[in-house]
Amino acid sequence: MKTFNDAKSTQNESKWVQFLLIGTAVLFLLVMLVVPLITIFIEAFRKGVEAYFVSFNDEYVLQAIKLTFITAAIAVPLNLVFGVCASWAIAKYSFFGKSLLITLIDLPFAVSPVISGFVYVLLFGAQGWFGHWLIEHDVQIIFAVPGIVLATIFVTFPFVARELIPLMQEQGNDEEQAALLLGASGFQTFFKVTLPNIKWGLLYGVILCNARAMGEFGAVSVVSGHIQGVTNTMPLQVEILYNEYNFVAAFAVSTLLAILALFTLLLKYMLEWKVARDLAKLKTDE
Amino acid sequence: MRLNFGMIKRSKSPIPGFGLTMGFTIFYLSIIVLIPIVALFGEAFSMGFDEFIRATTNDRVVASYKLTFLTSLIAALINTFFGLIVAWCLVRYTFWGKRVFDAIVDLPFALPTAVSGIALTTLYSHQGWFGQILEPLGFKIVFTPTGITIALIFIGLPFVVRTLQPAFEELEVEQEEASASLGATRWQTFYKVILPTVFPALLTGFALSFARALGEYGSVVFIAGNMPMKTEISTLLIITKLEQYDYAGATAIAVVMLLISFVMLLLINMLQRWSAKRKGMEAI
Repeated sequence: MKTFNDAKSTQNESKWVQFLLIGTAVLFLLVMLVVPLITIFIEAFRKGVEAYFVSFNDEYVLQAIKLTFITAAIAVPLNLVFGVCASWAIAKYSFFGKSLLITLIDLPFAVSPVISGFVYVLLFGAQGWFGHWLIEHDVQIIFAVPGIVLATIFVTFPFVARELIPLMQEQGNDEEQAALLLGASGFQTFFKVTLPNIKWGLLYGVILCNARAMGEFGAVSVVSGHIQGVTNTMPLQVEILYNEYNFVAAFAVSTLLAILALFTLLLKYMLEWKVARDLAKLKTDE
Repeated sequence: MRLNFGMIKRSKSPIPGFGLTMGFTIFYLSIIVLIPIVALFGEAFSMGFDEFIRATTNDRVVASYKLTFLTSLIAALINTFFGLIVAWCLVRYTFWGKRVFDAIVDLPFALPTAVSGIALTTLYSHQGWFGQILEPLGFKIVFTPTGITIALIFIGLPFVVRTLQPAFEELEVEQEEASASLGATRWQTFYKVILPTVFPALLTGFALSFARALGEYGSVVFIAGNMPMKTEISTLLIITKLEQYDYAGATAIAVVMLLISFVMLLLINMLQRWSAKRKGMEAI
């Protein structure tokens, strides 16, 4: 198959059409994406560098940063273990109902973040299904940290699995079978054969999962209760500061999240290249 | 350790760990996703039919559906148009800063929605860079449906671009050559050869962007102003009902929105299958 790169220039549009299209695309991306990104930093430093750093000298902001890290530190590893298990089960075996299972794993992406939080309120809230039992046993999930963690797990649920399933399906079972034949145990096979093959895809999934876990707003907003210093994550603290007209502080906290986003994009860009290379290598080996 | 899951039968495979990995997958999927969603439907059923209909069809709720649906539709259409141009330029042309622009397309995925929300609101408010220019011209953006649409364009753009890019990359140049040598103009070739080939991908991108917009909350609440009947989107109404301890009202709206999401998911799956089938046919 011939791709565009081999084509002759006769296949191209005239110079001024190209210029018009590129101009439109660049202008659209500048207005819609780049300017909003720049605004975050400009607003954060509007009252100077000192005011920017003073924003972080606040107990509630520091608590919010801490809670964001705790939440991600619980949610990401759990979804990592799940993602590896699910893609192993899906890629290494054939069974009835596989495509249904893949659809169900993707389901949280289709559900509105607000509904993702709301379902846990229905289960664990004071009026919820387990509400009475939880109150009797003095366990609080909604308007407390466990609820925030649960909602975060829900919205970041598919990330790792979704990266690994196609990668592991592409790789097949041959290398694992060889390792097993040579006497390796199941876990040895996974750690010494499978894991090196999927490591970049795995890292990619974890990074996307982490970015979303730290940045989730809608789902966490429903279950949090917005108690400053106790159940506020960084995005929720941004909302509170903004609604208190404390714009410099709101944007200062936002810059941390924006830097995380840019860092994620950079890593994504690098890893995409590595994963594509791994896949291409697999295809030429075949 | 081997678990038996009724419907799920595996073919013989020498690879160990099926019971363990499948068991954990089903267990974790059930407690995190399936049981909570079933609980939502259970709650809706316990309401009774009449109350459910009343809760989903009162004026304020219907106004929120209309607003959510219309703004999402307009945003998805605008994204489809500009996404087509952006994806085409990124695949076909070389220009200064192309790699940076390519990477920045994913920004709305990576940036927390609350941050996007306050940044857009600041930009389009009467003191902001864009608001300063637009307001004297009579365009009020903040606290209007236009503002909601702009936020939805922001979060939906990557879906269209990222779905179209691979479709453009896989285009076969022979077809374009054939079309050109038969005397078609470049525009005719685009309209009659290229566009029909990438059409399934274009529709998929549109549907993904639309589906995401329907459920969006964070980037919209700041710019919307949240006035009942005017700029109150459905997801916000769920939260408002919840804050008033009107669980039944919140459940009813959530169930309607969830059903729409499921229909969209089904449609997108069908579109992707169509797209894949078309690709398969071309390979022959």
